[in-house]
Amino acid sequence: MSISREEIKHIANLSRINVEDNMVDKYAETLSNIVDMANEISKLNTDDVKPTAHILENVNVFRKDEVKPSYSRDRILENAPTKESGCISLPKVVE
Amino acid sequence: MEDKLKEYEVIIGLEVHAELATKTKIYCNCSTEFGSDPNTHCCPICTGMPGVLPVLNEKVVEFAVKMGLATNCEIAKFSKQDRKNYFYPDLPKAYQTSQYDLPLCNNGHVDILVNGEHKKIGITRIHIEEDAGKLIHDEFTGSTLVDMNRCAVPLIEIVSEPDIRSAAEAIEYMQTLKGILEYLEVCDCKMQEGSLRCDVNLSVRKYGAPKFGTRTETKNLNSFKSIQRSIEFEIRRQIEEIENGGTIYQETRRFDDSKGIGYAMRTKEDAHDYRYFEEPDLAPIVLSEEYVKNIKNNLPEMPNARKTRYMKQYMLSEYDASQITNSKILANYFDNTVSLCDNPKAVTNWIMSDFSKMLNESGIEINQSKITESNLANLIKLIDTNVISSAMAKKVFIEMFETGKDAKEIVEEKGLVQITDESAILKIVEQVVNENDQSVSDYLAGKDKAIGFLVGQIMKLSKGKANPKTVNELLIKVLENKK
Amino acid sequence: MELYSLTIHEISDKIKSKEVTIREVLDSIYSRIDDIETKVNAYINLTKEYAYIRADKLQKKLNDGEDIGILGGVPIAIKDNICIKDVKTTCGSKMLENFVSPYDATVIERLESLGAIIIGKTNMDEFAMGSSTESSYFKKTVNPWDITKVPGGSSGGSAASVSSDMAFASLGSDTGGSIRQPASYCSTVGMKPTYGLVSRFGLVAFASSLDQIGPFTKDVTDMAIMLNSIVGHDDKDTTSVNLNKIDYTKYLINDVKDITIGVPIEFLKEGLNPEVKKAFDSSIDKLVEHGAKVIDVNLDYIKYSLATYYIIATAEASSNLGRYDGIKYGYRTDKFEDLLDLYKKSRTEGFGEEVKRRIMLGTYVLSSGYYDAYYKKAQKVRTLIINDFKRVFESCDIIAIPTAPNTAFKIGAKTTNPLEMYLEDIYTVPVNMAGLPGISIPCGFDSNNMPIGLQFIASAFEEKKLLQAAYTFEQNTEFHKMKPNI
Ligand SMILES: [Mg+2]
Ligand SMILES: [Zn+2]
Repeated sequence: MSISREEIKHIANLSRINVEDNMVDKYAETLSNIVDMANEISKLNTDDVKPTAHILENVNVFRKDEVKPSYSRDRILENAPTKESGCISLPKVVE
Repeated sequence: MEDKLKEYEVIIGLEVHAELATKTKIYCNCSTEFGSDPNTHCCPICTGMPGVLPVLNEKVVEFAVKMGLATNCEIAKFSKQDRKNYFYPDLPKAYQTSQYDLPLCNNGHVDILVNGEHKKIGITRIHIEEDAGKLIHDEFTGSTLVDMNRCAVPLIEIVSEPDIRSAAEAIEYMQTLKGILEYLEVCDCKMQEGSLRCDVNLSVRKYGAPKFGTRTETKNLNSFKSIQRSIEFEIRRQIEEIENGGTIYQETRRFDDSKGIGYAMRTKEDAHDYRYFEEPDLAPIVLSEEYVKNIKNNLPEMPNARKTRYMKQYMLSEYDASQITNSKILANYFDNTVSLCDNPKAVTNWIMSDFSKMLNESGIEINQSKITESNLANLIKLIDTNVISSAMAKKVFIEMFETGKDAKEIVEEKGLVQITDESAILKIVEQVVNENDQSVSDYLAGKDKAIGFLVGQIMKLSKGKANPKTVNELLIKVLENKK
Repeated sequence: MELYSLTIHEISDKIKSKEVTIREVLDSIYSRIDDIETKVNAYINLTKEYAYIRADKLQKKLNDGEDIGILGGVPIAIKDNICIKDVKTTCGSKMLENFVSPYDATVIERLESLGAIIIGKTNMDEFAMGSSTESSYFKKTVNPWDITKVPGGSSGGSAASVSSDMAFASLGSDTGGSIRQPASYCSTVGMKPTYGLVSRFGLVAFASSLDQIGPFTKDVTDMAIMLNSIVGHDDKDTTSVNLNKIDYTKYLINDVKDITIGVPIEFLKEGLNPEVKKAFDSSIDKLVEHGAKVIDVNLDYIKYSLATYYIIATAEASSNLGRYDGIKYGYRTDKFEDLLDLYKKSRTEGFGEEVKRRIMLGTYVLSSGYYDAYYKKAQKVRTLIINDFKRVFESCDIIAIPTAPNTAFKIGAKTTNPLEMYLEDIYTVPVNMAGLPGISIPCGFDSNNMPIGLQFIASAFEEKKLLQAAYTFEQNTEFHKMKPNI
């Protein structure tokens, strides 16, 4: 198994997803299988290969600094689960 | 304990965040205007709605490059933007678009002047990124409110080398950056509005120790006072901890300005892992030599150049020149005033003493004061032409500061015009000499101090209007005649 | 013949000559939907009211002698991950069950400006993650050719709606084959354009460097019309290219004598269903018969596409899907103790299994200590794949390959083993990795009468070559005329 139980818990936490204790093994197995499949690229020699982050070669795609109207507040907040005083509201967030 | 403090070397690095003075946000056309109603400068892009894409504001690149050039940085030919992934309610996309391994500017430095000594503070990098929104804690309902107006306002983050060794140096460094940002007009530097703020990385070690100590990071300081106090607090805390056999933990801290104490933020149960990767929705930034050269050639005069000019042109001391030129607003005020009264020394003295003290106390910048450049110039002219004494001028100045009236008007209103007529002054001198036998005999007995008392009495009787120089001359003449 | 069974070019002529009214066209399509949608489940949401308002407006314009655009009055379905203002955009997820978009995707603006009528939002795998449309939170779309089988995915609803005449055309999105594979399973034409050709603004991101919007149509002519409608530079999408406008209908040429077709024989040796192989071989023969030159080509790194894909796509997805956090919009759990709990419960309850799996996988490959071994490595292999294609396209105009190794499988057959499901994308994923255009056209049926798709791939921005080859094949075969019996 290439991904351990501990790692599953760690990445679940980083992903903000709960994995019940009894599901950790299942996740470890499924994800390990995928990672093992993906691992076939590890044997390739890519020392002199540049990574591709963008398929297109365009650079410097900029926008002019010109103000355009924003959206109405109602429009911006219409999908918020809870709101208050023109803001999205949440139960107190402790720092 | 105080002795122990001296045994430690303090190592400080600053991460300064400056909000750029662009009209629009970094990736959308919403206004960056400060102080509007919550969530009124928002659109689907800056609030991270499903399906939206960013487009980079060209001014953000230009402003960052300006700052890079003004701080002696190398400008990267190839630069990219990356996603920094983490969850927080002020970050709608759950990632901050920033720059990770290829920032726009690298390897710069600025010179600072502390206690008359020059010091070079290295700048590791300057990168562009977006600001987060604002969380408002509603005391009444107990809930947290999310205002996204600040979301995606452009920032530059200026990261210093760990070259700073004291709170004073940190403040001076920050002042220097602030001056440069102001001169470039890339940031409005309103610290109370959060447009200039910094994180302080700090560690201590005994002098001569081979390795740095563990550092802590105090986040989000947005006034010179809190930078100063938080550094002093943290130095003492770390040294006390070490002296008491404790351990310094690498942690993120906050500084509570009202209580004057710093505290560790509740530590996250997982170590930070931001999973940076290149932003696939934004193309790389490739800057030509021509682009950079063009910006370089059009940079305005920087604080350092202006300081040198002041020292040469006006014979100002380095300290005074650097204090005045550090702020573009102050320097402009200085220039304007000098051009109106032709007395740089007097202008310097006013600006460096009474004026700056009063500005500090009322927490405003010089250009927000009621005293205009011509007001100050007129006051100086009144002194230079002996219309009023320096002592009177101090009183007049206070009134000018409060009311914004011109010096001449105040002088006339209050009948403050100086008495320079020798015969009138002689009359008062003689009266005082006649009424104060004891002091006169003290003087005659060789106690020179007595003269001070007599001058005081004369000034009091003349309601402060007598020209002090004339008073002195006449008094001595009268007393000498008694010998 | 019912109106709903016509193509865009056929119905357009009837509308513009006023042989039929736009209302009649809408009535026809909605009655077709009324008849079979309960069986097919292609739609998540219909926009009937809005459609009729637009129909009347367009009809008035037409009656007044104004131009109503090349899609004037044509009913079109949209995959539910493309935003339409004031309409729900669910992405097939409980997370966005009630999310109403405040803005239009650029493609929607384009389609509507050319007179199209959006009739509804189609079902899809949750956040476009899947190859069978089974991971939708709302419903399971079936294959109109056999309702016990999947339509493919993730744009299964878009494919099924066109295949069963519940839309004249539809839009889908293709990150690893999500247009071409369901097009193949359902016997429609489906195209994934070159990355950058169609604006992604308003397409809910799955994997930003791979996603591309594309059409499903009933024939190749309609594909050219749809491409004409949606292609073009958009300054809201920095990955959108600025090219001279092409009229794709000019490439509806019934001739392939000037076309050299490359076939990657090596790649087709393993895991290919023999019936699919047979249909593919005879398709190639057909093209040769009409003058195409066929050569063997070697794509050495193409076999690493799937591995590379599952690293890059999940990494980008893990970041793109962070915004669904229960704060600003979307699902928020009822009970929670603190912020962390709110995040975790909202995301755990709001996302389905496949989505969670991919988010976690993507988080893993980007996480500290693994970034270089997985993500960066995958980006390098991506370069090798791109170079492979570049080299091959020096010796041929297009590559031909089956769209999928199999025909549509039974519902539920591959849900327990994700890897098996992933293998269905083996022939489509390389195209996304290299950002190339690919088209799937109907090329036969297996012994169970399930459709088989033929895929053509061209170098970047050479959609015209795909259209020419596809048009020639279509004009000389009858497969595209076959309709499912539903
Ligand atoms: Mg930062
Ligand atoms: Zn905005």
